[in-house]
Amino acid sequence: MSQRTIHFKIYRYDPDKDAQPYMQDISVEVDSTDRKLLDALTKLKAKDDSIAYRRSCREGVCGSDAMNINGKNGLACLTDLEGLPQPVVLRPLPGLPVIRDLIVDMTQFFKQYHSIKPYLINNDPPPERERLQSPEDREELNGLYECILCACCSTSCPSFWWNPDKFVGPAGLLAAYRFIADTRDQATNERLDNLEDPYRLFRCHSIMNCVDVCPKGLNPTQAIGKIKDMMVKRMV
Amino acid sequence: MSIPVLKFDAVIVGAGGAGLRSAIQLSEAGQKTAVLSKVFPTRSHTVAAQGGVAASLGNSEEDHWHWHMYDTVKGSDWLGDQDAIEFMCRKANEVVVELEHYGMPFDRLDNGKIYQRPFGGHMSNFGEKPVRRSCAAADRTGHAMLHAMYQRNVKANTQFFVEWMALDLIRDSEGAVVGVTAMEMETGQVVIFHAKAVIFATGGSGRIYYSSTNAFINTGDGLGMAARAGIPLEDMEFWQFHPTGVAGAGVLITEGVRGEGGILRNASKERFMERYAPNAKDLASRDVVSRAMATEIKEGRGCGPNKDYVLLDITHLDPATIMKRLPGIREIGIQFAGVDCIKEPLPVVPTCHYQMGGIPTNYSGRVVAPKNGELRAEVPGFYAAGECACASVHGANRLGTNSLLDLLVFGKSAGDSAVEDLKLGKAHRELPADAAAQSLARIDALNTRRGGASVNETRLAMQRTMQDHAGVFRFGDMLKQGVEKILEVEKAARQLEIGDKSLVWNTARVEALEMENLIEVAKATMISAEARKESRGAHVRDDAPDTPEHPNGRDDENWLKHTLFSPVDNTITYKPVNMTPLSVETIALKTRSY
Ligand SMILES: Cc1cc2nc3c(=O)[nH]c(=O)nc-3n(C[C@H](O)[C@H](O)[C@H](O)COP(=O)(O)OP(=O)(O)OC[C@H]3O[C@@H](n4cnc5c(N)ncnc54)[C@H](O)[C@@H]3O)c2cc1C
Ligand code: SF4
Ligand code: SF4
Ligand code: FES
Repeated sequence: MSQRTIHFKIYRYDPDKDAQPYMQDISVEVDSTDRKLLDALTKLKAKDDSIAYRRSCREGVCGSDAMNINGKNGLACLTDLEGLPQPVVLRPLPGLPVIRDLIVDMTQFFKQYHSIKPYLINNDPPPERERLQSPEDREELNGLYECILCACCSTSCPSFWWNPDKFVGPAGLLAAYRFIADTRDQATNERLDNLEDPYRLFRCHSIMNCVDVCPKGLNPTQAIGKIKDMMVKRMV
Repeated sequence: MSIPVLKFDAVIVGAGGAGLRSAIQLSEAGQKTAVLSKVFPTRSHTVAAQGGVAASLGNSEEDHWHWHMYDTVKGSDWLGDQDAIEFMCRKANEVVVELEHYGMPFDRLDNGKIYQRPFGGHMSNFGEKPVRRSCAAADRTGHAMLHAMYQRNVKANTQFFVEWMALDLIRDSEGAVVGVTAMEMETGQVVIFHAKAVIFATGGSGRIYYSSTNAFINTGDGLGMAARAGIPLEDMEFWQFHPTGVAGAGVLITEGVRGEGGILRNASKERFMERYAPNAKDLASRDVVSRAMATEIKEGRGCGPNKDYVLLDITHLDPATIMKRLPGIREIGIQFAGVDCIKEPLPVVPTCHYQMGGIPTNYSGRVVAPKNGELRAEVPGFYAAGECACASVHGANRLGTNSLLDLLVFGKSAGDSAVEDLKLGKAHRELPADAAAQSLARIDALNTRRGGASVNETRLAMQRTMQDHAGVFRFGDMLKQGVEKILEVEKAARQLEIGDKSLVWNTARVEALEMENLIEVAKATMISAEARKESRGAHVRDDAPDTPEHPNGRDDENWLKHTLFSPVDNTITYKPVNMTPLSVETIALKTRSY
């Protein structure tokens, strides 16, 4: 099998032993069946078991292995090695505290997700069978429910960098709209109230970084725009 | 060293579908519950499930739980317990409807009801013809389901310990389960969780094989912990090889593709399933399709330069249908096979997918093990659900969409059983003095050992051994050698050495601890498989061929029984299959054909 070498520059920091973070130059041999960046990282870890990163599904559905790859956020498991400029520069997602190497502390990200009440609210007594929803109404949820909470978007958003405690960020707002758009949810007004604040929603300046990086091809900016429209309509 | 002790009513290990479903029951009943997970809950591997969840809702055509029950018993090759199977099939509508009420974004029919698609082995009228029973959210059912259940837990204020790895099960001198030890990954701190009820929902162990549809984290930790605590493992020889993993990558292509009309073809473009299963064809049961594919490949009718895969063809479907019902599959094809399935067929091979066996339970989700001559004695304080458990509803072969159903039904019933037991109001049983000794010794060994075995090489040796010696087709002599080899690998797995000694987010340590669990599963699998001298469901041996006396190589006279592997001394005992359903008549033994 044809082998080739992949050169990396990787952000390293282990608070247990390093005073400062540093960039490590390291390379690894991969073979032709190694298609993705995560395959190369797996080989690299076999060589040096101290390189720390999260990963699980290796197929782009669990959202574990988001990282900054050559300056852009993405999932290692969906990034083709073919055509990837070398050395491959890997850094942790920007804007969140680094715990170790490529592992960031996602507390703030999930706090914002939880702040939008990410669950269906419907106070009618549940019927015996399923609640009905037309295929057209269900279609409204496409492009919203598929989010894997990888944080690629929020950690590429300047507004989130500056106000991670106040601005909900693209992932959280996408989730907020997922429930607003659901015909089974009865809390639209409450959800809009929850976002009516100079920071929570309105810090989004439609810079679109989030759309550019989302590995699932979702469009948080559009969802945010729709929430803003609803706010305006509600006022008049 | 004194170890911190955290006290809860209940501890759930695992936040995949089964763990989250149990957690809803406990949280909504107001019990003080901790849910531990190696990963953030929505990163659990339930997220990868694609095709759907079975329920005889009958939204598109007539259907009955009794037909579903029949299919499941037949799919299990009669090794499933008929009480548990009836329980599951009867509960299906209820748990799927609940999920819809939690907010799950199921696809819809024009009349607003949940969309259902056909799936392998699910038939109407006791095996007559395929029926639409699989409730689906496009080809992202697991994702939609896991997120909906996590969201429901957020609403119920469930307390999660995210990125905590449970290490060992704690039992007292009477054998009752009183808690677990666990390690916070971020700090390396080991803690005792002291509880009245411990529910295991740790998922599958597919990583014992080299080629698998399972995630990196599917390392059988629950089985490893149970084994180290002396709990036997049931029916571990039965592993499902899914017909359609992407050749080379292992990533799954859902059976839903065939449910939507996909066709398997060999090198000469022949629809070969017509020869193996004239009635159900491409929608025959998984073990049947996998063996047919392996036969095509073995007999030289495979595709590609090495003739080592077959093709899954949906180019005849309307691209709009593909985009609507199978959008995730199209992405997977492009990402992992470099093929756009709208234009070209996908290269696929049978790939290790699901463990039918596991920690023995009854249909209330309580763990049962032999004690003083009683074969199904409840282990006090211990419950299990989902892929790590064996109820047993899947027997020798699971039907697609029955696993998501299993984790809903038994996740719920395990939760209910724990609530019921907690309501008795008993005090916590005392922790044994050495409650954390085993875990601390394991960690200490990894911190200090020099000249030990590499985790990576040991894992590869195990995976290759399993793949070569206990695959789709099994051979008596290969299994014998496999047992020797895996015992050899076990020696290395007991002497692992890691380079990284850091306390902070030490993934090398996590992988070593996982390897110690994987090897328990691999060993149980190989020894159980070697011992079962018949062919049944997913376990097919060359020395138990199809004969008029034993159709399909199945030998009910001698082998209609569950395997119990004892990890203490690597021995095997058996227990009878429960052939008595709860309310209907026994589904009588029959030769299986599709
Ligand atoms: C690709 C794929 C597609 C599938 N599609 C379908 C389908 O369409 N329909 C169907 O019915 N079935 C399907 N299955 C099978 C089904 O998805 C799984 O069997 C099921 O999701 C397992 O759920 P679970 O809750 O038991 O485990 P998981 O979802 O795997 O969760 C396990 C949990 O345990 C935690 N855990 C494990 N070890 C530890 C530890 N030591 N300490 C703390 N936490 C731990 C993990 O962090 C995780 O939270 C599919 C399987 C795969 C692999
Ligand atoms: S569009 Fe809004 S949310 Fe997206 S990156 Fe820009 S500011 Fe952030
Ligand atoms: S919107 Fe996209 S980038 Fe953002 S968290 Fe969800 S999947 Fe990730
Ligand atoms: S490993 Fe799951 S998204 Fe990449």
